[in-house]
Amino acid sequence: MKLVTAVIKPFKLDDVKAALEVLGVQGLTVSEVQGFGRQRGHTEVYRGAEYTVDLVPKVRIDVLVSDIDADKVVDAVVEAARTGKIGDGKVWVTGVDTLVRVRTGERDADAI
Amino acid sequence: MSHLLLAADTISVDTGNTAWMLASSALVLLMTPGLAFFYGGMVRSKSVLNMLMMNFICIAVVGVLWALYGFSLAFGRPHIGDGLIGGSHELFGLGNPDVLSSVWGFGPIYKIGAPLTDATLNAGVPVLVFAMFQLMFAIITPALISGAIADRAKFWGWTLFVALWVTIVYFPVANWVFGTGWILNKLNAEDFAGGTAVHTNAGAAGLAVCLVLGKRVGWRKDPMKPHNVPFVLLGASLLWFGWYGFNAGSEGAADGIAGLAFTNTTVATCAGVLGWLLVEQIRDGKPTTVGAASGAVAGLVAITPACAFVSPLGGIAIGVIAGALCALAVALKYRFGFDDSLDVVGVHLVGGLTGTILIGFFGFDHGYATPGGLQRGLFYGGGGSLLEKQVVAAGAVMLYSFVLTYIIATAIKKAGGFRVSEEAEVSGIDEAEHAETAYSFSTVLSGGLTGTAAADDGAHSAPSGKERVDV
Repeated sequence: MKLVTAVIKPFKLDDVKAALEVLGVQGLTVSEVQGFGRQRGHTEVYRGAEYTVDLVPKVRIDVLVSDIDADKVVDAVVEAARTGKIGDGKVWVTGVDTLVRVRTGERDADAI
Repeated sequence: MSHLLLAADTISVDTGNTAWMLASSALVLLMTPGLAFFYGGMVRSKSVLNMLMMNFICIAVVGVLWALYGFSLAFGRPHIGDGLIGGSHELFGLGNPDVLSSVWGFGPIYKIGAPLTDATLNAGVPVLVFAMFQLMFAIITPALISGAIADRAKFWGWTLFVALWVTIVYFPVANWVFGTGWILNKLNAEDFAGGTAVHTNAGAAGLAVCLVLGKRVGWRKDPMKPHNVPFVLLGASLLWFGWYGFNAGSEGAADGIAGLAFTNTTVATCAGVLGWLLVEQIRDGKPTTVGAASGAVAGLVAITPACAFVSPLGGIAIGVIAGALCALAVALKYRFGFDDSLDVVGVHLVGGLTGTILIGFFGFDHGYATPGGLQRGLFYGGGGSLLEKQVVAAGAVMLYSFVLTYIIATAIKKAGGFRVSEEAEVSGIDEAEHAETAYSFSTVLSGGLTGTAAADDGAHSAPSGKERVDV
């Protein structure tokens, strides 16, 4: 099993969600996060004093998938989230050892 | 603005004037909560409750002191030093039957020991109505100071400061400017609604108290940006609304001069917004919401002393000059290195001085007549004499306020401590001083998800007394 994690531009969430539903993904977790990459932050001015806001708001998506689906899911996320401008985010994949569905106790592949 | 004097029941109450003054008093009271939101929006979310409380406590403390002795010291007969402070025994406590049945007298009569029943001019407004109107000025003046020491003052230290400050600084200065004191009656300077007594006074005090308390931890390093800009504009709007009572109510009657003051309050504030935004557009490249709110306040501050002494065209000029000057003046704290957190100096001291001094240029002789008569400023052929009086009045109030405030604040700092610990300041003064937090947006942390229907056995009753609830 794999955990596909994507950090994307917030307004791209709907597109990514729709693309994953087309692939038959059964569930995902979304969180609002802040960070910076090459995009860096922006500057705000209050009463003439400048404030640099380093951390940019992003959306993080976590999806659990089977090994064979991982590449397809990554491709779908990348395609849906891309605007071509700086700050589009990143997608990465990590291995998962154990998975349990809380309600039924099903494990691993059955729990995806 | 007025002289103390009571006339007995022979003079009847004017219901129109009295109704306007009652309404004005309530309008001016609303300015203090308005100011609390104006300031509260500008601090960080961890100290907004403390900011609101620093303002709200002024209502509670000054309201009591005013009834006990404040009104008498500010508006009583000349008492000490020929115009330095008032004091009339029948006004202490405000409960004397003669006071209850009397109207407030206006008129140019300044003599030591003048009888209280000597009123010749009056607007038929009961003494207690006038006393309540003036109370609201005594409340908002110390509240204005609070912005200079946001995020870092011990609450009870601040409360003690307010009690001492109004007693030692505001009551005498109000006597000089509005009552039987020297600025109005001997110097004959013009200050209709408090450019000196309220704004220059609070601004100079703000500078002194922020110097005594020192800079906030992380000032100029950590971001300290406003946490709720909509609060700032809401607060400024409430201030503007209440300010009609402050300025037009200062006529003490519902008449043409009140109309002039109302008009000037409107046009100068509009011009103040434009002046501030123009500076921002040129200097920073963007007109900001905080700038618009600040420009409105700068215009209001500057027109306060002048609103019954200048034409509406003069009012527009004063507003735009004040808006632009204050927008530039808020940078002074960075140049000189004092942490006047919410720009009490840049807006109230600079704006108050600007309005007071510009009367010396724009003053015309179709407005309100003070004991000094109708005086003309430099641009209306009056020469420099009015300007000179204005500078003396503003300078005297600024100097007195700065020195006395510095002494009071230092005494409190030495006696019991005026500043919270560094840990309390960093973690948040709301929690440290008040055991509260302003915002609980997390449903998990605020208990929104506890207590399911299935498991409800009636044990989730409201906490009472000292019972502890874990969140």
